[in-house]
Amino acid sequence: MTQEPKVRLRDLYKIFGAKDKEVLHHVKAGMSKEELLVDHRHVLGLQDINVDMQAGEITVVMGLSGSGKSTLIRHLNRLIEPTAGEILIDGVDVMGLSETGLRDIRQEKMSMVFQKFALLPHRTVLQNAGMALAVRGVDAATIDTEARKWLDRVGLQGFENHYPAQLSGGMQQRVGIARALTANTDIMLMDEAFSALDPLIRTDMQNLLLELQDELHKTIIFITHDLDEALKLADHLVILKDGAVVQQGEPQGILMNPSDPYIEDFVSDINRARVLRVKSVMEPLNGKKFAGDVAIGDNLESLIARSEGDTTLHYRVMDGDTPVGELHMKDLVKALVPRLSSTHTE
Amino acid sequence: MAFYDGIFNTLGLRNWCGEGASEAPMSMADLLAKSSGEATKEEFFPFPSLDNLSESCAGIIQSRDVTKGIENGFLAAKPGLKTVLDPITQPLSWLLDGALWVFATTPWFIMVPILVAISWWASRSKPVTIFVFAAIMLMGLVDHYDVAMQTLSIIFVCTGISILLGVPIGIAMSKSDRLQRSVVPILDLLQTLPTFVYLIPLIFLFSVTESKLYGIAIILYAIVPVVRLTDLGIRLVDQDVIEAANAFGMNSRQKLIGVELPLALPNIMAGINQTIMMSLAMVVIASLVSAPGLGVNVLRGIRNLELGVGIVAGIGIVLLAVILDRVSKAALTRVDMTRVKH
Repeated sequence: MTQEPKVRLRDLYKIFGAKDKEVLHHVKAGMSKEELLVDHRHVLGLQDINVDMQAGEITVVMGLSGSGKSTLIRHLNRLIEPTAGEILIDGVDVMGLSETGLRDIRQEKMSMVFQKFALLPHRTVLQNAGMALAVRGVDAATIDTEARKWLDRVGLQGFENHYPAQLSGGMQQRVGIARALTANTDIMLMDEAFSALDPLIRTDMQNLLLELQDELHKTIIFITHDLDEALKLADHLVILKDGAVVQQGEPQGILMNPSDPYIEDFVSDINRARVLRVKSVMEPLNGKKFAGDVAIGDNLESLIARSEGDTTLHYRVMDGDTPVGELHMKDLVKALVPRLSSTHTE
Repeated sequence: MAFYDGIFNTLGLRNWCGEGASEAPMSMADLLAKSSGEATKEEFFPFPSLDNLSESCAGIIQSRDVTKGIENGFLAAKPGLKTVLDPITQPLSWLLDGALWVFATTPWFIMVPILVAISWWASRSKPVTIFVFAAIMLMGLVDHYDVAMQTLSIIFVCTGISILLGVPIGIAMSKSDRLQRSVVPILDLLQTLPTFVYLIPLIFLFSVTESKLYGIAIILYAIVPVVRLTDLGIRLVDQDVIEAANAFGMNSRQKLIGVELPLALPNIMAGINQTIMMSLAMVVIASLVSAPGLGVNVLRGIRNLELGVGIVAGIGIVLLAVILDRVSKAALTRVDMTRVKH
C-alpha cells in the first residue's frame, strides 16, 4: 500500500498512575514493567507503540491478557488518554482535538464493538442498532431504514422489536455489529468482539465479518487473544507483549519467520496446514511436470488432501489464470514443521 | 463549702471565680431541700458537672445557661432566617393547602375512581387495583374517608417535592465525589435524628398554623432515600454500557437521559417507594404540629384514652401504607420487567 495510512500511532506510551508523566523518562530509559511497579507504583500499559493501519484492511492486535491490547484500542478514540505520543486519524492528531471535536470524530469516524456487547438493555434491538445515528441527530425515518438494513444484513430480521436480554450471546453481538455498521463509519474498532462467544458461533461471526469486509472495505482494528482468529482475519498482524510490539507484519510472514521465542511459542500450537497458504511456500516457476494447478490462496491442508499425502508431487500455482510459481510437496511438508529456537527443548 | 472549693483555691483561681459561693439562682433540688428544712447533704466527689463546679466558683456557668444560650442564639438568628426561609417555603404552604382543598372538595364518587385509575396506571395489576378500591371503600364505610384523603394529599405533595428535589441532588452527587462526600453526612444526620427533634427548630421558625411547618418536617425526613438511591443507581450503571455510550460520542446530557437514568430507574423507584413510606410515617407524627389527617385521630386516642378511635385510625394508616407500598412496588417491578423479560 502506498497511500497514507488511515490510522497511525506514533511513539505511544501509556502509564497508569497519578504521576505518569514524571515516571515516563524511566520507561523511555528502558525500565521494565516489574521495576516500574515495584519502584514507582505505576503500571506500564503501553510502550513505544508505532503502528500504521491501512485503509480497507483488517489490522489484528493480538496478545495475551495484560499485554495492553484493550488499552491500545481505547487510545484510538481516546476512551483512555495516552501518557505520550501521537494518534493520527486521516492525518489529524486526535490528541489536539477539543471535547466537541473528539465527540464528532467518535460519531462520524469510528464505531466500536465490545466484548460484552454493551447494548442498551432498555432499548429494542432496532433502537440499539440505530443508536449511533440517533446520537448524531439523524431523523427517525432514516434511522429506521438504516438500522433495519444492517440488522437484515447480519441475519437478525424479525428480531427488531426484541430486547437484548431476549437474545443469545451470538445474536446480541450481531446487534453490536449491526450497530457499528449502521453508524457507517470508515473505521471499526472491535475489542475482543468474538471472545465471549462459543467456538461454533465464533467461526460463524468471523465468516460474517470477512464477508462484510469483502463488500465494505472498512478499516477494521480487531483485538483478540486467539491466534487462530488473528491469522484468519488479519491483513496486518500486530503482536503485543507487556505493552510493547514484539512483531508486526503480514500474518503468513510472521508464521514463517517468527522473530522472537515468544512468538515461536505462540505459533507452535496452531494448525499450520490450515493457516499457511500456497503463496508462502511456492517457488518461482521452473517448468517441471505438474500434477495439477492450485490457486495461490489455497491453504496447505486442502493441498495435502488433494495429493493424498504423496510428497513427490509438484503443482503449478495459478493466480487467477496466470501461472505464477510452482509448489513442491516436499517444501510443503517442511513448512509444516514449526521452527523452534535451539534453546527450546522438550 | 462545696466539694470543688479546694481545687479552685489550689489552682489560684479564687479571684477569677469571685469570692464565696455563686449568686446564681438555686437549683430546684437545693430549693426543695431548703423548704423541707433539711440541710443539703454534701456528696462525696460529685461529678464535675457545670452545676457542681459553679457551686464552688461563681465564674463558671450553670447548665441552664447552656440551654438558655442556645435558645437565645436561636431567637437572635430567627428574624434573619425567617426573612430568607419564609418566602422560599411559602409555595409549600400554598401547595399543601391547595392539595387539601382539592382532595376535600372533590366528591368521593369522582375521587375514588381517579385514585383507582392512578393505581391501575402505575401498577397495571388487577389485584392491586381491586385492593386499593376495597381499602378506600372500607375507610369510607367507617367515616374515615375525609381524614384519609387529608393524609393522602399531604403525602402526594411531600413525596412529589421530595422527588423533584431529591432526584437532581442524587444525580449531582453521582457526578461529583466531592459533593457526595459532603452530602452523605447530612443525609445520615437527617435519617438518624429522632423524628420529634425535627419539629423543635421548625416550631421556632414558623408558626404552628402554617402548613409548611409540617411540610418541611416531612420532606426533610422523606427525601433521604430517594437521594441516596438515585446516587447509588447511577453509580451502579454498567460501566461497559457507559463506555459504549462514550465510544459513540454521546454528550453528557444524552448519556444521562438516554442511558444512566433509564438504567438507574429501578433503584430510583425503590428510593421513591421508601420516600412514600417515610412521609406516611412522618405525617402521623406531624399531627403534633397541626398536620391534619389520620394522625390527629391517633393523637386523640392517646390524649383522651379513646382506644377505639386510636385503633381505627391506626388501621386506616396501615391500609394507606399497604396501598401506597403495593402500588409503588408494582410500578417498580413493571419498570424492572422491561429489562429482563424473556
